[in-house]
Amino acid sequence: MPDGGADFVRIEGLKRHFDVSAPWLVRKLEGRARQVVQAVDGIDIEIAKGETFSLVGESGCGKSTVARLVVGLYPPTAGRIEFDGNDMAGRHSRSDMAALRRRMQMIFQDPFASLNPRWRVFDIIAEPIRAFGLSTGKADLEARVAALLRQVKLNPADGRKYPHEFSGGQRQRISIARALASEPEFLVCDEPTSALDVSVQAQILNLMVDLQRRLQLTYLFISHNLAVVYHISTRVGVMYLGRLVEVAPTDTLFRRPKHPYTRMLLDTIPDLEMTGRQRSPVGGEVPSPINPPSGCSFHPRCPFANDRCKAERPRALPIERGTVACHAIEEGRLPIEDRSYALNT
Amino acid sequence: MAAASNNQPLLEVRNLRVEFPTRRGTLLAVDDVSFDIAPGEVLGVVGESGAGKSLTGNAIIGLLEPPGRVAGGEIRLDGRRIDNLPYEEMRKIRGARIGAIFQDPLTSLNPLYSVGRQLVETIQTHLPLSSSQAKARAIELLKEVGIPGAEMRIDHYPHQFSGGMRQRVVIALALCAGPRLIVADEPTTALDVSIQAQIIALLKRLCREHGTAVMLVTHDMGVIAETADRVAVMYAGRVAEIGPVREVVKHAKHPYTKGLMGSIPSLGVRTEKLTQIDGAMPRLTEIPRGCAFNPRCTFKGRRCLVERPNLMPAGATRAACWLHDSGGVGAPIPKETVDA
Repeated sequence: MPDGGADFVRIEGLKRHFDVSAPWLVRKLEGRARQVVQAVDGIDIEIAKGETFSLVGESGCGKSTVARLVVGLYPPTAGRIEFDGNDMAGRHSRSDMAALRRRMQMIFQDPFASLNPRWRVFDIIAEPIRAFGLSTGKADLEARVAALLRQVKLNPADGRKYPHEFSGGQRQRISIARALASEPEFLVCDEPTSALDVSVQAQILNLMVDLQRRLQLTYLFISHNLAVVYHISTRVGVMYLGRLVEVAPTDTLFRRPKHPYTRMLLDTIPDLEMTGRQRSPVGGEVPSPINPPSGCSFHPRCPFANDRCKAERPRALPIERGTVACHAIEEGRLPIEDRSYALNT
Repeated sequence: MAAASNNQPLLEVRNLRVEFPTRRGTLLAVDDVSFDIAPGEVLGVVGESGAGKSLTGNAIIGLLEPPGRVAGGEIRLDGRRIDNLPYEEMRKIRGARIGAIFQDPLTSLNPLYSVGRQLVETIQTHLPLSSSQAKARAIELLKEVGIPGAEMRIDHYPHQFSGGMRQRVVIALALCAGPRLIVADEPTTALDVSIQAQIIALLKRLCREHGTAVMLVTHDMGVIAETADRVAVMYAGRVAEIGPVREVVKHAKHPYTKGLMGSIPSLGVRTEKLTQIDGAMPRLTEIPRGCAFNPRCTFKGRRCLVERPNLMPAGATRAACWLHDSGGVGAPIPKETVDA
């Protein structure tokens, strides 16, 4: 990809396939073939230190799988994940691996499911500190947890309570405090605000921006909400059926979207400014990732598809400080249009 | 489309109260809510979870979960009171006069019956049609909501449809008997963004063609801005502000609406920080005295702590906020901060 420089997180040709076949006996009796979901089908991402890289896409496009692959919750089927120059799949001693793992943490979508209801908040937040042996003693541990709670704008006395005593927004703050407990540099946030009400979402987003600035965090942010992504990201990758169709700096992506899918997604954003902006009608639905369409997987829904799109899978080509995987753009069949969302300025 | 100027509103809700008796006392989930819907109008009802918006919708269609009950007020459809009807009579109105669309299309369809059977059953319940006529109408409805291959799809079961297609079937069900009003409770929340846009476009088109009024309950201000003619913003069981959608979105008068609009990330201007309303909506057990929003409000005065504001004219909208009470009713309260 363009502009060199040391990438903090580098993902190359990452693939993850899930076997969703029926049990062996059923397959043999009914003559069914194996079925494999290509949840992530070869993606490349580079994330620089201190930036927020967002992945957007509709459900089933594989964005959450990427998040889980990056933190190591799933092993990849193929491809390589490099974190600060270390190949995560390479041979590391136990302690080296733990040291690497400490530096990346994850925030999950559902703050009701991601906190153990039987643990006090203190223990939830203290767990990573204990697990990585970061604390020197009881007093130090207590001080650290209190500082973490304060950092996410909760009261240190809240540590004695259980998760059910908190609202959704407060629980998400607890998840963030837990993620920060091991002093990570890289946070993978999987839809951290989509279970929250808008006013609470604003609080959490503000908190995340604030923490990023203060602690120099790098975020991989997963979301289906384009407005949130626009607000928080430095660069954005658009995923469709396990592939990245377009990567670009946020402003470029929203002002000069290139891939037809990106344009379609942008057209679906409800128009709060009520500009009466013209939108192209959206057709079709995301096909099943079990039998993805041949060639460019977007071609059945794409108004610009031709025979080449049906046969040949487009490669990611560099364009305007980003990449786009589209034959129509490559051949110049599809002009790049400017879009203006702002009424003023 | 402005509200039709025919004098008679289609739906009148007056001082509606919904209560939940619990062991620890009675919870007032919907408190003194009043609004009208004109024929053919789309009224959006927004609010965060627990604001009472769904309960208001459920009260109108007469489907409150048992411990909850309508404790006061009136609901009138075409001038006829419907909140005190016996169950069987309400059942006839529901479906025939008022259609309902719920959030999750999978749970609002019966998984054991084909969609055709469900449609035919609903049609025959409300309209005097023979089986074959009802089936023809069912196919016509499926075509109308944009299901390709309706003749074949009619024999399919709900699990054979995708989420967006299922929601289309639910819309077809709601339209079966040609109702005057549809209560749509978060109809697009469970769907992907591209499907959401399709469903909204469909709802808008159908309502325009049939002249059906819609009460659109959602937490998504964007959906409201796209669809509704007027919007009611609910907070802690009460209507905080109601008015034409454009006015409420762009020139909100209630501090809560303003904060809510500011907290939505917008594609217009990219800001460093979103406007944030600190705190969260109070639980029903601990709604403060006076204005329910006062603990989170930056404009509050002494009067807000003791006296509860009702909706009052505020610019082009009506807001329940003392800021807009200009002398007439009582002493106006300036921006006097109570606690430091």
